[in-house]
Order: sequence, then structure tokens, then C-alpha cells
Amino acid sequence: MGQGRGMLWQWFAVAVPYAWLLVFFLAPFVIILKISLADPVIAQPPFTPFIDDQNNLAVTLENFRFLLSDRLYLLTYLNSVMMAGVATLLCLLLGFPMAYGIARSSPVQRNLLLLLVVLPFWISFLLRVYAWMGLLNNHGVINNVLMWLGVIDQPIQILYTNIAIYIGLVYSYLPFMILPLYASLERLDLDLLDAAQDLGATPRQAFWDVTWPLARPGVIAGCLLVFIPATGEYVIPFLLGGPESLMIGRVLFDEFFVNKDWPLASAVAIILLLLIVVPIVLLQRFQSAEDDGART
Amino acid sequence: MNNKRSPFIFSVLAFGYAFLYIPLVSVIVYSFNDSRLATVWGGFSTRWYGELLRNDQVLDAALLSLRIAVTTATFATILGTMLGLVLARFGNFRGRTLLTGMITSPLVMPEVITGLSLLLLFVSLHGLFGWPATRGFSTITIAHITFAMAYVTVIVRSRLAAMDQSLEEAAMDLGCRPLRVVFDITIPLIAPAMISGWLLAFTLSLDDLVISSFVSGPGASTLPMLIFSKVRLGVTPDINALASIIILLVSLGVVAAWLVSRRMQKSLPSN
Amino acid sequence: MGNQTATNKQLTEQPWLDSTAQPFIVIENVSKHFGDFVAVNNVNLNIYKGELFSILGASGCGKTTLLRMLAGFETPTSGRILIDGIDVTDVPPYWRPVNMMFQSYAIFPHMTVFENVAYGLRKEGVQPAEIEKRVADMLELVQLGGYGKRKPTQLSGGERQRVALARALVKRPKVLLLDEPLAALDKKLREHTQFELMNIQDELGITFVVVTHDQEEAMILSSRIAVMKQGGFIQVGMPKEVYEYPGSRYVADFIGTVNLLEAKIESKDGDQIVAAAPEMANHVRAYTDLQLEVGDSVCIAIRPEKIYISQNEPDNDDDDRVAGVIEDFGYFGNLSLYRVRLESGRIIQVSAQNRRRSVERFLEWDDKVFLSWRVRSAVVLTA
Repeated sequence: MGQGRGMLWQWFAVAVPYAWLLVFFLAPFVIILKISLADPVIAQPPFTPFIDDQNNLAVTLENFRFLLSDRLYLLTYLNSVMMAGVATLLCLLLGFPMAYGIARSSPVQRNLLLLLVVLPFWISFLLRVYAWMGLLNNHGVINNVLMWLGVIDQPIQILYTNIAIYIGLVYSYLPFMILPLYASLERLDLDLLDAAQDLGATPRQAFWDVTWPLARPGVIAGCLLVFIPATGEYVIPFLLGGPESLMIGRVLFDEFFVNKDWPLASAVAIILLLLIVVPIVLLQRFQSAEDDGART
Repeated sequence: MNNKRSPFIFSVLAFGYAFLYIPLVSVIVYSFNDSRLATVWGGFSTRWYGELLRNDQVLDAALLSLRIAVTTATFATILGTMLGLVLARFGNFRGRTLLTGMITSPLVMPEVITGLSLLLLFVSLHGLFGWPATRGFSTITIAHITFAMAYVTVIVRSRLAAMDQSLEEAAMDLGCRPLRVVFDITIPLIAPAMISGWLLAFTLSLDDLVISSFVSGPGASTLPMLIFSKVRLGVTPDINALASIIILLVSLGVVAAWLVSRRMQKSLPSN
Repeated sequence: MGNQTATNKQLTEQPWLDSTAQPFIVIENVSKHFGDFVAVNNVNLNIYKGELFSILGASGCGKTTLLRMLAGFETPTSGRILIDGIDVTDVPPYWRPVNMMFQSYAIFPHMTVFENVAYGLRKEGVQPAEIEKRVADMLELVQLGGYGKRKPTQLSGGERQRVALARALVKRPKVLLLDEPLAALDKKLREHTQFELMNIQDELGITFVVVTHDQEEAMILSSRIAVMKQGGFIQVGMPKEVYEYPGSRYVADFIGTVNLLEAKIESKDGDQIVAAAPEMANHVRAYTDLQLEVGDSVCIAIRPEKIYISQNEPDNDDDDRVAGVIEDFGYFGNLSLYRVRLESGRIIQVSAQNRRRSVERFLEWDDKVFLSWRVRSAVVLTA
């Protein structure tokens, strides 16, 4: 529609959302970056100004130096990435066969099964995490059932442990894994599997030679959709984890609201951002290289 | 082999769905528990529903959340549809790469970062211009619009990408000016995507806890914030009742939307 | 054409032969670049009023880009386009006196058949009563009377095609552009629709410009054909000219089937040449207007249907001939195709009408045969 014939309404359609995003998305990041280079002070706002009284640029890398040398923070970052990674893997292990099963169902069943995957997503995230508090409690449903069955005599502590966090993460993000996997598995032409078997592959070989490579875009998308939000998760470690379960989202929240150290919280956010951006960029590189390879 | 599910796949499906639904069912069951100790069964009762409906704090928070969600969904749909159109139809223009980056990043941005960055923006704006004077409805709504419009854009843009562009060209060929084409042809045809986008934005807004917690002020508490402050110390029976009501309403809504969209698909096969 | 007194019937029907005739569409030095890619490269073309003009080419040759520039969806990088004497190069599509039938038909799915056809008239601000009448007339013309209230989803492919045609014609455009008009139809329907399209064009006298990759479609429909390759025209002419007198190997091969033989001119007598064709182990004769010298390399093109196949050696020395062995053949009912191997190993394709029923023995594999053709049937190509 453009064709170089500039029209007022077209300019308007670009400018309004553009301005919105510049002010409410890009500007905040510039501010975070700025504050992360400041020193905390007890004042309002609680950080030193960017330009001091003598009109000199007052920036410090102290916050980043502190974060990168402090064992606790490093452990927390590491722990967040590891827990998100394990949760992603668990989602994949559970989600792949589910998506496969849904994609291979009859169209009527398929619609219903998909609806049942999507439905929890529309129900409040917070309430779904909350529901596990009732289940995992020392006097909760799971402990009661296990004791009634005679598997255990004493209630076992699940709530407020890392296991509870894993359950919460997998539970909350499973739909994000299943949907992209389903999308790529559903497109898969069943004739390809028949052809592979016709050419002498066993069903197992056909899966690894045909299904898995063709499902890979879905696997990558699903893993990113789970891993990224899980890394910065705040609610799940707060409600289900114990005091010792350190995840970076929670630390950032506390640093900001409890310790009121805005510059440090900003620095925490920036490092978290880098931690997430790097794998995305790498994957995109990999993906576009693969696309180029497929095209030529 | 392809039409029969293997026992392995069948058991994984059964386990997966049980995993997804047992917590929801258990919440509903316990919402009818008479005991104040939410985890011990004390007989059937609906008293918590009664108490919930008499709790002004909960009702106020719910009302605030709904107001925010409706406003967010409406603005996010308008802005997101504009952006979807711009990205799918306007070809290349200066600043397109930055725009694409800004509209896809909120989809992968951890909530704590979005929340923190927006709060710092509002604080800076307050320092510079004296606005926003208080944080509450307006700041939460602005924050929600910013991330919800990204989702609407994705939905609208993919619908436009799948739509035959010669429909719009045909309208122009028949004498219709470009702006009119948008209202005559494009919007009627992407209306389903805009409705999905609105519903998604509405749900995301209603659901959000972390970003709201950052950008709201002392007076304003959304429903998730209220729930969070109650459940951070453990399970409470009135939240069970509230959760049950929400689960029921959402399920009814989603199933109804599903049935309607299925009927629409049957009467209007997409090409 | 009304004000011209046609002194010669041929000039009225073939205005492009008349140097005084005014072209209706003028494409003048038009180029279109997309970044580094040159889609249309400095094209010139005149199309006359009432023509059914086809632009024929393989996919990616630039024909669709050219059509879209006529419609106004693309602006030429350089050059200009005139329609009925008016420069429309920078006129947007909604102001051009041109309508288009899209390849996908682009029927608005949310409107009824009536609303689809009425859409353009409404945009023009035509009175409702007149819209009613013109739409009804047009639906009648395309044999869709009574279909007005239907939704596009309730139509078959052929009906959708006719709605698209009616919608474009109801505005009485000066030029109707058709993008692969028949590609989406199945074979039987396509044959029927071809003639319907020609009748409608004849009845309304509107100039049609058709873009197609289907050479058969172009041959049947068109008053003239332009063959396009890599953004430029390589031959423009009537279907018969293009088929019988192709200007290049590409055209000869693209339109229909052809046997191409490499040869070197050995002697020349007026417009007749004699050339040595190593693959024939023989000399080939041909007539040509081209300015050629002895020693020039040329290519001799002979259509399969111009070749006579026989088991007896023909004794007519006016024809050229060569011997070979039947390598393969296909029986198509009305005709048979033979692949004949010459001594040099070269395969020559021959088609023969099956005029008689099988009273005489059919030719079979490994039969020794003689091929012969009139010297006038051989076409000399240099490009």
C-alpha cells in the first residue's frame, strides 16, 4: 500500500504506536541502564544523579563489580538458569509425547484435547500456583493420600522446597511447550513416516530420522517460551519455594522493595537481561544459518 | 500404526491432563470445606462464598482489575492492530527494524524487568513533569497496554500474513481509497483476530501480578495483588472460593468462545 | 475506431499494421527495479483498442509486474504508461480507468455476490437503483442471474471466476486486466471458459490484457501475444506469426514443440539457403529474410506436425528428407507422437494425425522410416 505515496493516515498509523513504544518500552531501559551506573543514597529518588553538581558525568561500575564478585549473586544467577533449564527439560519430556499424542488423534478429539491444554492458561496464573500450595502442604491432599495408602507414615515436606518449585514451573509453563510442539507435529505429513518405513526404517529410526528433525523448530520455540520466563520467575519461588531457594526474580524484587537499593536492582536486571538475550541471539543465528542452508 | 495411540503415549496423555487438572479440581472441592483450616476437611459448606461476597476489599480489587483489564484490552487492540497493519502491509520504512525489535521484546521480557523499568520511568517522569502524581489505575493500565499490545500485534500480523493481499488490491482497483480499504475489507476480515487479541490482552491484564506490584502506588490494589498478599502466608478458605468462581467463569467463557469459533469456522471455511 | 473510415478490412482488424492508427495503451521505456533485481527492463509496447492482448512468459519473467504497473499497484522506476492518451504513470489504482481480475479472484469473503459486484459502483457513487440494474445485467451476462444473495463460500471455482469477471466489468473499464484468468480452473472448464471470455470481450468491445504462462491459452484467446523473458519482450505478434515464424530458439521452444538443428550455411541463392546439418548427415534447405552470409551458424527449426513420416522413401525432391528408426511412440487417440532416431543418434519428434482406423499396420518400434518436410516449413533462427 505504501508505494511512496505518503498519506497522513499512514504516517499516523506508524507514529502513534511507535511513539508509545519509544516512551514506554525503550526509554525505561535507558533509565534502568542509567540508574545501574549510579550509587545508592538515602534520598528521594534513592540514587545519585547522572550528572553531579560540578556538571561532571557521575557514573560508577561499582554495582556490576559487586554483583560479579559476590558469591551469593553468582550462585543465584546460576541457580536460576539451572532451575529454569531443568524445568524446560521436564516440560519437553512431558510435553513432547503429549503434543505427539494430540497431533495423532482424530480431528474431533484433537480439538478437545487442545482446548484442555489451553484452558488452564486462561485461568489466573497466581491461582494455579496457589492451588499447588493446597496439594503439596504437609496436611495437603498428596500427603494425605500417600499416608492413607500406607506409603509413608509421616507427612513429607514438599512445599517450600526446590521440588515444589520444579512442579510449579512445569505446571505453569507446560502449555507453552505443548502448543508450538503441536503446531510443528500437526503439520508433519504422515506419508513421510510411511515413506521412511517403506525405505527400511524401523518406527524408532523413522522417529529420529524424520519426526524429530522436522519438529525441531517447535522444540526450539517451546524451550525458549518456557526457559525465558522461568529464569526470571518471581511468584513460583516465592509461594512454593523455601527461604533458601534463590531465584533471581525474587532477589531483584527484594533488593528493590526490601533493601530499597535501586541501582543494585537495576544492575541485577541488566545482567539478567544479558543472560536471556544471549541464548536468543545465538539461536536466531543458528536458525537463520539453517534456513540459508535449506534454501540453497 | 498411525491412528492407534501406543500405550505409552496414552499413559503420558492421561498423566499430563491429570497433572493439569487435579490442582484445579482440588481447589474447587476445598472451597466447599466448612473448616477454617483449609487443608482439613470439616464438612460441606458454602459459607466462604458468602463471606467472599461480603468482603468489600475483594470486590473493590476485582472492580479495579476489571476496569484496568477492559481499558488495557481496548487500547492494546487498537495500537496492536495498527502495528500489525504497519508491519504486515506498509513494506519497508525507516526505523522498521527498531519497531520490530521493540514489539517482539516484551514477549520474552521477564516480568520483573518490565515492571522495574516502567516504575523507574514513572518515577523519573514524576520528577521531571510532576506526572503521574499518584501511581494506580493509570500507571498500571499504561504498563499493561505496553506488554499486551505486543501480543495483539503478533496475532493480527499473522492473520494478515495468511490473508490474500489481492483482496485489498481488488478493493483499490475497484475505486476504493486506501484508508477506506482498511475499514471496508481489512478490518472485517481480521475481526476474529482482533477479538482474540482483545480477549488475550484482557486475560493478561487481569492475570498480572508482578508488573502491577511494581507500578502501583500504596492505595491501589488489583485482585491478584490482594490474593497474593493473602496467600503468601498459606492457604486460606475464602481464596479457595474466589479461585473456584474464577475457574468456573473462565472455563465457561473459554468453552463458549471455542464453540462459537467452531461454528464460525464451519460456516466460513477460510482459504 | 468509429471516426476512421476503414478502407481496408485488414487494417481495421489488425490496427497494429496501420501506421496511422492511435494505440490505446502505450508502454514507453518502462523499467521496474526491486532493489538490485530488474523485474521489467526498458519495455516498449502499443496495444490497440478492442484487442485481447496476451503477455506470455515463464514464472519470474516480469509479466505480473508489468500487469501490476498497468493496474497501478506498482510505480515504474522509469518510463511512462498512457491509457487512452492520458499519462497514468503516477495515477493510483483507485483512480485508473482500469480494472483487474485477480489470479486468486480476490472475491470479498464477507460480502454476497451482489455486494461484491456492486462494490466498485458504490465507490463511484452510482445511484442505488442504477447499481441494482447494472449488477443484475452483468450477472446475467456472466450467467449468474439469481446468484446475487449467495455467499462466496457457496460458489464453485468456475462461478467465483465469473463473479470476479462481473465485478471487474461492471465498472465499464477502458481496459480489463486478467492475471492468469483460467489457471485455477480444471481442464474441461478452462476450455469452455476460454470461449466465454472471448464472446464477452467481443460483445463489450473492452480492451483485454491477459497475463499467462499457458501458451495454449494465449494462442486461443489472443489477438496478439507478447513473449516475455527476463524482463523484456522477445517477440510480439499474432498467435499464428509467433507459432509459425518464431524469432528465436526460446520462442520456438516455449510455444509448442519443435526440433532444433544446428547448421552452417554453405550456399545462398536469394532468400533460399542451403546449410550443412551434421546431425542430419545431410543438407537442409530453408527460406529466410535474414541477412546471412555463407559460413554463418544458424539453427533450423521444424515443428513435429510439419514432418511427414513414412516407411517408403518419398520420391519428391522438392522436400528435404532423412532416414531414421522409430525409438519410441505414443498413441494419443487423435494423433500419434513418434521419436525417431537418426543415424547420428539425434532424436527427431514427429506427430501424425491418425486419420485412418487401423486398416493398415501401425508403425512400430525399430521400424525403419523416412521423414520428409516442405522446405518452406523449416524456419531459420539465429537468436
